[in-house]
Amino acid sequence: MSKALLYDATICIGCKQCESACAHQNKLPYDDKVAAESVQSEHKYTVVLTKDDKFMRRLCMNCDHPACASVCPVGAMHKTKEGPVVYDVWKCIGCRYCMVACAFSQPKYEWNSLNPRVRKCIMCPDRIAAGKQTACAEICPTGATKFGERDDLIKEAQDRIRQNPSTYLPRIYGLNEVGGTSVLILCSMKVEEYGYPVSAKIGDTPMPEYTGRVMERIPDFIPVWTLVLGGIYWVSHRREEVAAAEAEEKNGSKQ
Amino acid sequence: MKFKLTFWRVVFIVIMGLGLYSTFIRFFYGLGTVSNMTDQFPWGLWIGFDLLCGVMLAAGGFCIVGAVHLFNVERLHSVVRPAVLTAFLGYVLFIVGLMFDLGRPWYIWHQLIYMNPHSVMFEVGICVMSYTTVLFFEFLPNVFERFNLKTPIEWIKKIYPVLIILGILLSTLHQSSLGSLYLIMPSKLHPFWYTPALPFLFFGSAIAVGLAMTIFESTQSAKAFGRHLELPVLVELGGALLVALWVNALLRFEDYFHRGMLGQIIKPSYEAYFLWLELALAFVIPITMLSFKKVRLSPNGLYLASVCTVLGFITNRLNVSLIGFETYVGHHYMPKWTEFSVTLMIIAAGFALFGLAVKYLPIFPEVRVPVKERFRTELAVAATPVLGHAGD
Repeated sequence: MSKALLYDATICIGCKQCESACAHQNKLPYDDKVAAESVQSEHKYTVVLTKDDKFMRRLCMNCDHPACASVCPVGAMHKTKEGPVVYDVWKCIGCRYCMVACAFSQPKYEWNSLNPRVRKCIMCPDRIAAGKQTACAEICPTGATKFGERDDLIKEAQDRIRQNPSTYLPRIYGLNEVGGTSVLILCSMKVEEYGYPVSAKIGDTPMPEYTGRVMERIPDFIPVWTLVLGGIYWVSHRREEVAAAEAEEKNGSKQ
Repeated sequence: MKFKLTFWRVVFIVIMGLGLYSTFIRFFYGLGTVSNMTDQFPWGLWIGFDLLCGVMLAAGGFCIVGAVHLFNVERLHSVVRPAVLTAFLGYVLFIVGLMFDLGRPWYIWHQLIYMNPHSVMFEVGICVMSYTTVLFFEFLPNVFERFNLKTPIEWIKKIYPVLIILGILLSTLHQSSLGSLYLIMPSKLHPFWYTPALPFLFFGSAIAVGLAMTIFESTQSAKAFGRHLELPVLVELGGALLVALWVNALLRFEDYFHRGMLGQIIKPSYEAYFLWLELALAFVIPITMLSFKKVRLSPNGLYLASVCTVLGFITNRLNVSLIGFETYVGHHYMPKWTEFSVTLMIIAAGFALFGLAVKYLPIFPEVRVPVKERFRTELAVAATPVLGHAGD
């Protein structure tokens, strides 16, 4: 079963403990200066944003059908069956296609490193493997970030919306977006206000399908096109041979 | 040979000097220092120009080889060698350029062992590697001929049909796949340029630019190396270019028509200005020019129309890779001078290598002279040495 995170923006108090726990988990520096940064970066995988006294977390959505994994030429990213989308740094060649392809622009880069890595939230795969929650969910004092089975969390989110229809927008962001994600968001304000892409724009189609439609034709295309090219070659050169043979024949008959 | 400081040599030396400085910055201070690329703009000039435009500009190789050896259009035979040389140099230099852009270029060989067949980038990588190898073999006869090695030429002749078909197959695949790279970004790339037809448009534009580049470089070489300009060949290419441009223009129109974009592309906007520039340079001006028989028969007319076409499609690819993302990102990307200087250095190296190859290898068969005489003529025309060609 796939694990997921449910983030309920309405009960988030903006304490930023998830930020600090995340930094600690990933061995990144965290101090007041980092806490004040309101953008994600190679040293800040998750950020709590504030707008009109309301909070919103941003982190990698750990998509069910991740674009980053499908575009990587060396397969350095992959979706694990537990949910996290993880990164094998030793394979990475640094083409940064994952960063360009991600609909949520989550992968960040170590621009100032001489051996740069792609950085993003990888949903604490080691902790999950050890049967624990993600660092951010474990530390959250209000339960705004909740860890669990994706199916259970969806049910819970639907219950919360049903019980408090005036509090929530009637939708779970991440349920179907780009084919579903391992991060589900409940909120009273549109997530788009915080820089999340508009759902209508990214759609429900898994991103890998956009390139997959073309890529899956290649195995058929190669033999067909080779035959066509070979055919053209044969025909155009055959004509030459025939012409040469005919000329020879003529010469032969003259003699 | 005495070294004379000409204007173009000074330009060449300055470009190389600045380029080497930028190379130092790139490999000792990192991508963040050498470029204006950011997390919002992870692909900059080096992908937009060096990769997308570079591969397109080298398309003349497969276009001409296809015309001459596949369709047996003998009339174009004299431009095969320069076209193959341009393509070979283009691909080699493009791979050099990639070493600057990749964050961990020393792991580029991972492409061959950690393969991800779902990735368009993987396909492009494999095709480019293989096609560069094919071009190397297509280029080799020049070297063998230079040293009068008959046996290896016979070997190459035996596998030549395979090389031709393989080269065109690989070119079809990766020229179109450069467009497919962007298919995964429907929500990021501006609708003027995002279309499921991207692979077709990229392939079509590669053919138009391949023909235009062949006209451009034939004219340029004639000027630089004092060669006789073969007008009938250029006229033939100009006619083919006109057809290719019409096909491209129709593809573009069809695409905008089917997506209901025609109303939007005529409304003024930031993106629209760039689109208009692209359409004017790539289609309106060259098609209008080439429609006049007078232009199609004049070396200058053909030259200008090809330059216009090339600039138009360069604009197109920069629009797809850079301008088309600015609205999504919310700010402009302007390459740092060090990014420009690396690109310029690679282009200048290309010109210089082309000059060297023409000088020492039988690229233009009609000027071939015995080696001894060749050397003497070289001394005589010392005013046009290698570096002197870097851009004139």
